[in-house]
Amino acid sequence: MSTPDKIAVKEINPQDSGDLYKKREKIYQRHLSGFFQNIRIVTIWITLGVYFLGPWLSWDSRQAVLFDLPERKFYIFWFTFWPQDFLYLSWLLIIAAFALFFFTVLAGRVWCGYTCPQTVWTTFFMWIEHITEGDRHQRIKLDAQPMSTKKFVKKFMKHSLWLALSFWTAFTFVGYFAPVRELWFDLFYLNVSGWALFWMFFFTVATYTNAGWLREQVCMYMCPYARFQSVMFDRDTLIVTYDEARGEPRGARKKTANPDEMGLGSCINCQMCVQVCPTGIDIRNGLQYECIGCAACIDACDSIMDQMNYPRGLIKYSTENAIEGKPIHILRPRLIGYGVVLGLMIITFLSTVYSRVPLELDIIRDRNALYRETWQGTVENTYTLKIMNKTQAAQDYHIDVSGLDNIIPHIPKEVSTLAGELLTLVVTLEMKPEDIKQRNSTVYFTVKSASDPSQEVTEESRFLSPRN
Amino acid sequence: MTGIDFTQGWVNGWIITIVLINLLGCLWLLWWTRKRPEDPIKDGESMGHSFDGIEELNNPLPHWWLNLFYITIIFAFIYLTLYPGWGDAKGVLGWTSVSQWETEVEKAENRYDRLFEEYAQIPMEQLATNDEVIKTGQRLFGNNCAICHGSDARGNKGYPNLTDSDWLYGGSPEKIKETLNNGRSGMMPALGAALGEEGVKNVVAYVLSLSGRTGAGNAEAGKEKFNMMCAACHGPDAKGNHMLGAPNLTDNIWLYGGTEAIITETINGGRQGKMPVFKDKLTPAKIHVLAAYVYSLSK
Repeated sequence: MSTPDKIAVKEINPQDSGDLYKKREKIYQRHLSGFFQNIRIVTIWITLGVYFLGPWLSWDSRQAVLFDLPERKFYIFWFTFWPQDFLYLSWLLIIAAFALFFFTVLAGRVWCGYTCPQTVWTTFFMWIEHITEGDRHQRIKLDAQPMSTKKFVKKFMKHSLWLALSFWTAFTFVGYFAPVRELWFDLFYLNVSGWALFWMFFFTVATYTNAGWLREQVCMYMCPYARFQSVMFDRDTLIVTYDEARGEPRGARKKTANPDEMGLGSCINCQMCVQVCPTGIDIRNGLQYECIGCAACIDACDSIMDQMNYPRGLIKYSTENAIEGKPIHILRPRLIGYGVVLGLMIITFLSTVYSRVPLELDIIRDRNALYRETWQGTVENTYTLKIMNKTQAAQDYHIDVSGLDNIIPHIPKEVSTLAGELLTLVVTLEMKPEDIKQRNSTVYFTVKSASDPSQEVTEESRFLSPRN
Repeated sequence: MTGIDFTQGWVNGWIITIVLINLLGCLWLLWWTRKRPEDPIKDGESMGHSFDGIEELNNPLPHWWLNLFYITIIFAFIYLTLYPGWGDAKGVLGWTSVSQWETEVEKAENRYDRLFEEYAQIPMEQLATNDEVIKTGQRLFGNNCAICHGSDARGNKGYPNLTDSDWLYGGSPEKIKETLNNGRSGMMPALGAALGEEGVKNVVAYVLSLSGRTGAGNAEAGKEKFNMMCAACHGPDAKGNHMLGAPNLTDNIWLYGGTEAIITETINGGRQGKMPVFKDKLTPAKIHVLAAYVYSLSK
């Protein structure tokens, strides 16, 4: 028996007691700028822009994106999705999940760092904090001070702006479910319905507490994705890393000093990377589960390296294999697998949406009488057709019956529907006794749009008759 | 409530006891495992239990979490008291699923009644030409009438076809409304004994001849019997009578069937047609709309 290799573990947060409950230490993020920060500013502009402008877009003189829950209809530009189309939502969610897996395997927590709503809103809130209360050291000082007029004004400004932004977020959210323009006027005339008001209040409070107070705790303790992302990482996943070989031993020095002579590495122990971290960790201890891959420490460290005239990249996006000098495999089975599945899902989704017929037919047979014999000896069956016009225009439909010879349909030549109407049409099929071959035969109803022949749908039902 | 009552006698107390044991047991467990300053074992120290080298440490729940648990237990007591939760107790609120349904129905009625009241002001002949009203009427018909008359209203054996222009009691909107409000009893007496076997056969032959067919009996003899026994209701010309709901026997439209066998059966045993009363089931405004819809079918 050989002794198994032990993995050296560094105790990062030595705890005095075994008490697992830790009180939160408030994180004061230092303001910074840099390459990755600029990328984040762009992604925030895009995501917030899409979110806040979304409800105000118009299409065909109505709101372009509206999720009308009471009507059970989701309007998205030229599409109207009915409850029967819920499958598309499933595809979409599956695509979202696989896209997340794919990009996590490829580049770690890029979703968390750049586009997650929690990050986006928190960054926005931190910026508000920065312009009202100042930078990190000023905020620490301010919080330590007793309450004064100046402090109160600053805090008041900050929380007012936070609440205003939270309310606007909530208002926009409700605007996706209720026509936003009417909501806007209702706000002014204090005429908002109870439920809309409740949800606005709810999302205002939720946004304010999430982005203002909870912040990194959401990522650390609440978010399920943060919990299972670690199992998607492999040795070739891009992670934010500290180049220990180059950085250690760390230590302060003058800009003019030669670190090699002092026996120091490149890290000058300036704590910048710790001060800019939104989750308050020290990346120099290695990858930790709290790291959301936002690359703030990379920007911070690079700016210091520039000042010291050292090469950049002491903290950088890299992979485990790259750091250890092992071969890098970008195209690895796991990534290819996720990529193939993701591609298939996207193709499936697009093709099903593209080939979707905005017309649906349900056939309901009468439950009380299976068939009816008339005094002339013929047999009649009655069906209730539910014709759903899922287009955003009025449509006329032709209805055809097939599958049985010599059937006598009692069906109107043409029925007209309004946009998005569910038409209930009762029809009767009649057959002469000599034409009936069996007690139970299949019959097909075909509904076709008069204006657009591609809108056609066929459903089957049964024609029942007594023993002949 | 009818049916078997499962909460009789001791069962009732037994269920209450189980619920109480569960709730109080949870309460005791939480209270017993809480953080206590007088605990001999400090927080984070070993409890002395070890399983395969894994030690159990003393880590009580945080207070805020514990309090949430307490709140849920208090909530349970309140909830079980408000709603029928303790055995077969009715609950303080007096809630039942039926009463909830009735409230919801009432809410819907209040919502739609206004529209129906508007319709009620409009004469039925006019309503019968309005597409919206037809659609509403169709839904009312589907819920209340289709079970007998069929969803296409073309009737069935013993249930008249409402889409033709042949009416037992008359097809004016007012008549249809009257039928809906008060129901109808189509009474055809059993005449088998009075006519005798031969008589029935002859009358059947005569009735068949009215719609251009022949039967086994003697139609001439049948006609005499008919004038004696049947004409009182069906009329001397056998064209029926709207006052009595007696069908027209000359038009080859049959309520129960027009074959020789079925007509014989009808005369022998009589018929009991029943149209239910709807005035206690539907509001006058709804009946107004429904009558307009049925009227529109026959046009």
